[in-house]
Amino acid sequence: MAKKLVTLRIDEHTLQVPEGMLVVDAARKVNVDIPVFCYHPKMDPVGMCRMCLVDVGRPVIDRATGEVVKEADGSPKIAFGPKLDTACTTPVSEGMVVITNSEKVRAARKEVVEFILTSHPLDCPICDKGGECPLQNLTMAHGPSTSRFIFDEKMHLAKHVPLGELIWLDRERCIQCGRCVRFQHEVVDDPVIDFFHRGRSLEIITDSEPGFDSVFSGNTTDICPVGALTTSDFRFGARPWEMVSAASLCSHCPVGCNITFNVRREAKSGGEMVIKRAMPRQNESVNEIWMCDKGRLGYHFTESKQRLTEPLIRKNGELVPASWDEALDLAAQKLREAGGELAVLAGGRLSNEDLFNLRKLADAAGGQALLDTYMGGGDLAALVGAGAGTNLGDLGKGSAILVLASDLHEEAPVWWLRIKQAAERGAALIVVNPNETRLDKFATHTLRYNPGELLLTFGGFLESAAGKVFAEAENALIFYGSNGLGLQQSICLANAAANLLIKTGHYGKANNGLVPVWPKANSQGAWDMGFRPALDLAERLRQAKVAYIAASDPAGDDPALAAALDETKFVIVQELFLSETAKRADLVLPAAAYTEREGTFTSGERRVQRYYPAKMRAGVRPDFLIAAQIAGRLGIELPAAAALVLEEIAKQVPAYAGLSYQKLAEVQEQWPIIGRSDVYYGGTGYENRHGLGVQLPSAAERGEKVELPAAVNPALPSVPAGSLMVIPVARLYDQGTTLQPTKLLDGRAARAELALHPETAEKHGLQAGSQAQIAAEGWRVQVAVRVNAHLPVGLGLVPRSTGVPIFGPTAVTIEPVQVEIKA
Amino acid sequence: MSTHRILRHRDIPNIASLDVYRAEGGFEAFHKAVAGMQPADVLNEVKASGLRGRGGAGFPAGLKWSFIPNNLWPHYVVANADESEPGTFKDREIMESNPFQFLEGLMLASYAVQAHDAYIYLRGEFWQIARSLDGKIAELEAAGLLGEKIFGTEYSLRLHTHLGAGAYICGEETALLESIEGNRGQPRLRPPFPAVYGLFGKPTVINNVETLANVPGIIANGAAWFREMGTEKSPGVKVFSLSGCVNKPGNYELPLGTTFRELIFNHGGGIPEGRSIKAIMPAGASSSLITADDRALDTPMDYESVAALGSALGSASVIVLDDSVNVAWMVSKTVEFFKHESCGKCTPCREGTYWMSHIADRIVKGDSRKEDIDLLNYVARQMQGKCLCALGEFSTMAVVTGIEQFREDFEKLQRS
Repeated sequence: MAKKLVTLRIDEHTLQVPEGMLVVDAARKVNVDIPVFCYHPKMDPVGMCRMCLVDVGRPVIDRATGEVVKEADGSPKIAFGPKLDTACTTPVSEGMVVITNSEKVRAARKEVVEFILTSHPLDCPICDKGGECPLQNLTMAHGPSTSRFIFDEKMHLAKHVPLGELIWLDRERCIQCGRCVRFQHEVVDDPVIDFFHRGRSLEIITDSEPGFDSVFSGNTTDICPVGALTTSDFRFGARPWEMVSAASLCSHCPVGCNITFNVRREAKSGGEMVIKRAMPRQNESVNEIWMCDKGRLGYHFTESKQRLTEPLIRKNGELVPASWDEALDLAAQKLREAGGELAVLAGGRLSNEDLFNLRKLADAAGGQALLDTYMGGGDLAALVGAGAGTNLGDLGKGSAILVLASDLHEEAPVWWLRIKQAAERGAALIVVNPNETRLDKFATHTLRYNPGELLLTFGGFLESAAGKVFAEAENALIFYGSNGLGLQQSICLANAAANLLIKTGHYGKANNGLVPVWPKANSQGAWDMGFRPALDLAERLRQAKVAYIAASDPAGDDPALAAALDETKFVIVQELFLSETAKRADLVLPAAAYTEREGTFTSGERRVQRYYPAKMRAGVRPDFLIAAQIAGRLGIELPAAAALVLEEIAKQVPAYAGLSYQKLAEVQEQWPIIGRSDVYYGGTGYENRHGLGVQLPSAAERGEKVELPAAVNPALPSVPAGSLMVIPVARLYDQGTTLQPTKLLDGRAARAELALHPETAEKHGLQAGSQAQIAAEGWRVQVAVRVNAHLPVGLGLVPRSTGVPIFGPTAVTIEPVQVEIKA
Repeated sequence: MSTHRILRHRDIPNIASLDVYRAEGGFEAFHKAVAGMQPADVLNEVKASGLRGRGGAGFPAGLKWSFIPNNLWPHYVVANADESEPGTFKDREIMESNPFQFLEGLMLASYAVQAHDAYIYLRGEFWQIARSLDGKIAELEAAGLLGEKIFGTEYSLRLHTHLGAGAYICGEETALLESIEGNRGQPRLRPPFPAVYGLFGKPTVINNVETLANVPGIIANGAAWFREMGTEKSPGVKVFSLSGCVNKPGNYELPLGTTFRELIFNHGGGIPEGRSIKAIMPAGASSSLITADDRALDTPMDYESVAALGSALGSASVIVLDDSVNVAWMVSKTVEFFKHESCGKCTPCREGTYWMSHIADRIVKGDSRKEDIDLLNYVARQMQGKCLCALGEFSTMAVVTGIEQFREDFEKLQRS
């Protein structure tokens, strides 16, 4: 819908912009910098700080005739208001004249800066923000060089206020711009911080327990125009000018948030480069300028002291260090001896290059390429996935989004945010889950199902009110996850969802299609490179002569798989840490973390993006390189440089045709303009100069015929009397290997627990806060009991990745645990 | 004033009783309107009367009512009973002693704009008045004057009282609306104005208590009757709250156009102990000071004439200063007030009132530097034209006019 254009003058520029645009934004378009503090292009304006005051004139209209009054020379007569206006709250209008550089305006800015600085502490020498501080920059540009305020009369406020354990507040530095409060209330619906008191005593407080209870809290430290809000992770860490940047991606979920690592060489690390922080990098098609706290804080696993740094070979029952040559020779020898009875098991954490080379190696050695996952449907996403050009930020009225078996706030927070905003812009939002999720509040329709009934419920979907809205939408996307499902159910669900899209014609074009909410960052890449999950994984591992396991910890996840691996003749593990699987291995190969090399991930929206190395690490090698070096020893030539691997992928995987590292590095100007020089406008985020990525066309868009297997209702385990049906749910902060080393999030991470409706708890003799033992075939685990009246009756919920080996709906026995209290 | 039009309890004791009020013709206007007039006719009568808002801005009430669009519903009327301007105490007397006239005015305004719910926002300190008004409202409901199908017509109306919690800024109309909605009392951006986007985002009329108390008389007796008192541009009577250095402080109902001299000397009993009058603050703490020379004293108290003096009538909370009062001391009190009451939303007011308060304090304590008087003046001027709402702007008036007209008072304290 094209908006009417309006012509106006800003200083010496004449420009045409859409009606309704704010003067401050129109000025940015012609590189006129109107300084702001409280204004942020991603939030509604409030006109509070008064820094953006400009002189606004409008054509005088004769009240009688409705005509514009003209000057003698024929130009419109312009009347300026008696007072200056705030550019951030003034929308442009036809014939408007804005003056941003007169004496009057310059004096006003100087005076506003003087006011802001009256009680602002001179902390620059020790303040984290120094060097990337909008207040510093705007003071230098517009402020007085001295203050007439008497130091002793300064307002004193608390300087080290923890808003929870993740964010620190310095109340003296705060200039009461309200960006943080507005972000939390308006943008992410977590109103856990607020203003308190009034006048000069205004201060920010948090009223949640734990403090600042929001998975987006770190973003407030980016948009804070001063050093009032800082993260515990980075506080007092480094000066901005000491750090170098590396463009990268978050490796935790399939959104694929673009990030920047800031790295500094440090004496205390022995001269090593150390990652000091992760910041968002702007990509308006993916994460805009946001990231969640898991991504922001979850890079510590790459820096962990527990990292494997040399190959290990089992000799006389012990794993002992070995040289790379010895290790690679051994690996090649074993693969040769396997004679095709090889199982290559890979995880979705690996890059496309790693997965491609591993697949090629598996093929050449006659083995199987298995994906360690509890979620299916990647092949269907390749067929009818999100069409090229899909951008959640474009969705609004006329679009429909169906979220199926996924708790986005826990699984992919930035998708939760973008979908919430699409719903606020008028998109129909249908949320289908067994339990309440945070997206329900914004949904136009919410549906509940019992495990096992999902597909039955879903079968009649098109006849329901929600289904009709979905079918009639101009554009429709289905986000499906594995909330409460196992692999079998997930495969069936993906199939049903894909069939639905084909039936309603919502595929093969932008803003339409199937989007899997994978548990890992590059699960889609794994499917695209030819890895497939197996319902009988344990059996396959047991029967394999050689198991080559990369970025996967089956033994640590599942006792059944640990038992299977015990019977595998030779186990090769390629890992970052000495995992449970690695401990059982015959050969351990230390892999480079993704921060120590380059590569590409394919997001759930099927956008391929590249990441750049942030630092180097001795002793480790990238996964794709290890695979190539083993292959080489088997006489198989595989590319040994990431860019070359991608070249091969582009030739061999049809969806990836035309890709190259150069193409992935292409950028274009994005709006709003943020970044280092405009730090006052959008915050301390990073301008994207290293690549926006490329969204792959689905098979349908490439003109391929789309044929789907028929939808199947999956089997469900029966629940014997006295047992309880328990389903696995995702939690953003869990005990997963790549998150555990981030100690900061310990206090908020989910632990082994069982959530029940109070009635269900009572039925099984349990109370909130008590302990219980749950057991199924082959395992028994102790869990804490939580009670929640919003849960369905007769169902138990257990968080994934907390040590409870439940990967799908499972019938368990429960026994309360008596806690002995010694007198 | 022999027969009061607003402070009628001074003529008719017990007019606070519903029976007495009705016996004196009360609610006949409301009946006339609801049972016999179109809402637009009620509005036009008030427009024709020229009634100007009595809360301080002096904006024509009928004109304000006419801004309510008829394609956005529902409509609301809010009575601003926040009365927090220092030196203003008229609304409390009206609500305490002639409550039904105020309520009838509110009900007429509601009918005129077809609102079915009206709110009375009272400052938190008026909790006793609120409780009393709740009782009066219950009486009206019992009498069928409020509720569903009033007088057998389709018109229904409910009144609700709402208490503030000690913030002067909640007398600012948009901060008041925020407060009713349960948010922090901070002014909104304007535009949009409350007439279009008001309470709960709907078209809303906000009027002062005294303004509304004028409406029953206008509907009962007509616009011409209203215009019998007062001046051409400022018709009607005004309740002047007289305080400060006078022998008889209190509320005085007088026609607009009465001079300051008449109010202060004839009614207010003049200056105590034979001292001489020095200055007048006609709009409470938000005033631009007026040097009390003959020209000023003979100025009629109406909106235009006081503006011509370089000041503003405001809510007519006339504070009188005599020669025993040091203006600098007075100014330190007003800026202290504004510093305390600033909501903090915008930079100039939040920082400026704090800064001015410190400078004024130093001057009064004899602790200041030579340049501080000019600094105080400059800080005040630096705030002007930049604030988000009138509080910040008005906080500077007494400072600037005080220094302009009574600089020697400031210098005297500096030297001490």
